[in-house]
Amino acid sequence: MTPYSDSQLTELLLHREVEAFLFQEAALLDEWRLDDWLGLFTEDARYLVPATDTPKADPRETLGLINDDMTRLRARVERLKSRHAHREFPWSRTRRLVTNVRITKVVGEEIFVAASFLVYRVRGGNVDPFIGAYEYTLRRVDGSLKMAFRKATLDLEALRPHGTVSIIL
Amino acid sequence: MDLQNLIYEDSQRGLFRVHRSALTSLEILELERKNIFDRCWLYLGHESEIENPGDYRRRTVAGRPLFWVRGNDGKVRVFYNTCTHWGANVCRVDQGNAELFQCFYHAWTFNNKGELVSVPDDPGYADGFNKAEMGLVSPPRLENYRGLYFVSFNPEVADLVSYLAGAKEYLDLILDQSEQGWRVVPGIQKYSVRANWKMFSINSLDSYHVEPLHVTFFKYTQGMGPGDPAPPLRDFPGTHGRSLALGNGHGVDIFAAGERARPIAHWHPILGEETKEEIRNTRARLVERFGEERAYLMCNTNRLFLIYPNFALHDIAGVSLRYFEPVGPDYMEVTVQTLAPKNESAELLNGRLENFLSFLGPGGFAHPDDIEAMESAQAGFGAGGPEWIDASRGMHRKTTGKDELHIRSFWRQWHANLMGSPNAMRFTDLSDTVVGH
Repeated sequence: MTPYSDSQLTELLLHREVEAFLFQEAALLDEWRLDDWLGLFTEDARYLVPATDTPKADPRETLGLINDDMTRLRARVERLKSRHAHREFPWSRTRRLVTNVRITKVVGEEIFVAASFLVYRVRGGNVDPFIGAYEYTLRRVDGSLKMAFRKATLDLEALRPHGTVSIIL
Repeated sequence: MDLQNLIYEDSQRGLFRVHRSALTSLEILELERKNIFDRCWLYLGHESEIENPGDYRRRTVAGRPLFWVRGNDGKVRVFYNTCTHWGANVCRVDQGNAELFQCFYHAWTFNNKGELVSVPDDPGYADGFNKAEMGLVSPPRLENYRGLYFVSFNPEVADLVSYLAGAKEYLDLILDQSEQGWRVVPGIQKYSVRANWKMFSINSLDSYHVEPLHVTFFKYTQGMGPGDPAPPLRDFPGTHGRSLALGNGHGVDIFAAGERARPIAHWHPILGEETKEEIRNTRARLVERFGEERAYLMCNTNRLFLIYPNFALHDIAGVSLRYFEPVGPDYMEVTVQTLAPKNESAELLNGRLENFLSFLGPGGFAHPDDIEAMESAQAGFGAGGPEWIDASRGMHRKTTGKDELHIRSFWRQWHANLMGSPNAMRFTDLSDTVVGH
């Protein structure tokens, strides 16, 4: 006799689906397949990286590091693909470790996800680790998951010695 | 160490060069600490950061941990962040409000005016021990100009207004833009550059690199469609761009903003459709208060502005306060904040911040390439080979924008300071006159 209920199994499968989504996203970014990555967003999505001293702040009234709507995010990708984004020409090597994935709540078609990250940026003799936490709002669109909101909050006290967030964090 | 020959200047031939050891030598950095960072005025913060009695902020300036507090008497003070007993940090949180600062080690307690008000087991100290002499210690000088606070570790430094020389008028040009005054927006960009601090002083002044280096930024903003049309160019110092020496090593590069967004008074789509009216009203008001010519300077010109040695105020995409200091000869730490007018609407504040982030900051479309350029230069210095960097641009002519007059002015002051003199004999080239000073 199975010890698990249908709802527990559904929860488990949803968790597996969300993790698989995050791992696939990380792979796209580490492989610099940025156009494919852009395809994972909804049109009204936002990508946010707050300043290190005000991690919970509202970007409309606080200075952060990145606050992109889809227009700016597409321009960011264009820039990274050109030969003129000198901070990333040639591209750094990156490796994203995404762990501690938790579904914090489900509201209708929206799934709120938290995770921890370690993103290594390797370039010019330096290995710089970005340490922090992700918050995602995933939305099911025609059966597949898409990102409606993506926030990367750094645990670093400062971008030292990293200097920049020139990669997609 | 041959300090005299760190600079090579030949006015006849129009050549100005700086020896690369200036940017790599630990000995020179140590001399800079003594002769520049311990002698000049260094930026501390803005009055809006400690508005109410008890408000405090922790800051490191020239490598020294300080904290800055408005006392219950309303007076602003700065203290070395070290207990007068055994030295522990007395202020252990980046910001807040407090009546008292109690050292966590032995519970010695100071009030927010820095006075030592209590020690446990008071009778344990002999008569010679006087609490009145054991208050927190302050750096010798603290002054402010229109809300911008500067600290100096040199008791004999000239008063701040004298020190600012011709830079004062350019500070006024920025600060006059808001009738209701300014506040620092919360959120601090803290980062670093793997390069000598002086590379950032000169990068902060330099407009020669803007077109080639920041091409991806302009592609992005041009893609958003047209903003308000740029008004016709006026005849002023800066119509076609000017790089100016303002005395005492300070400098500014001033140039027409064209159609670029200026949150204070030039609308562009990046600021958001709903901010048009507010911006146009602000401009009209500035014309009313200051006249067409001064309003044009405030609204339609950009400024790359450096207060010597290491404080850049960029009045381009909003107003940024950029402070940087050396940790080693090839590494600096940077702190950036932005000012906003006190009464700005929520929509325009959002537009201002989005405009700022699109260009500036560690995640912008332009600034990361400045950082890459400085780091690449520092890596290049490691090659040996060429002994000099060149800052000759424009020595033969009356200064235009993209010339390096203001950069030479920085180096001249630096050179004089290294050799023990508070000011250079001459900041300008022999072919130019100083404007505004």
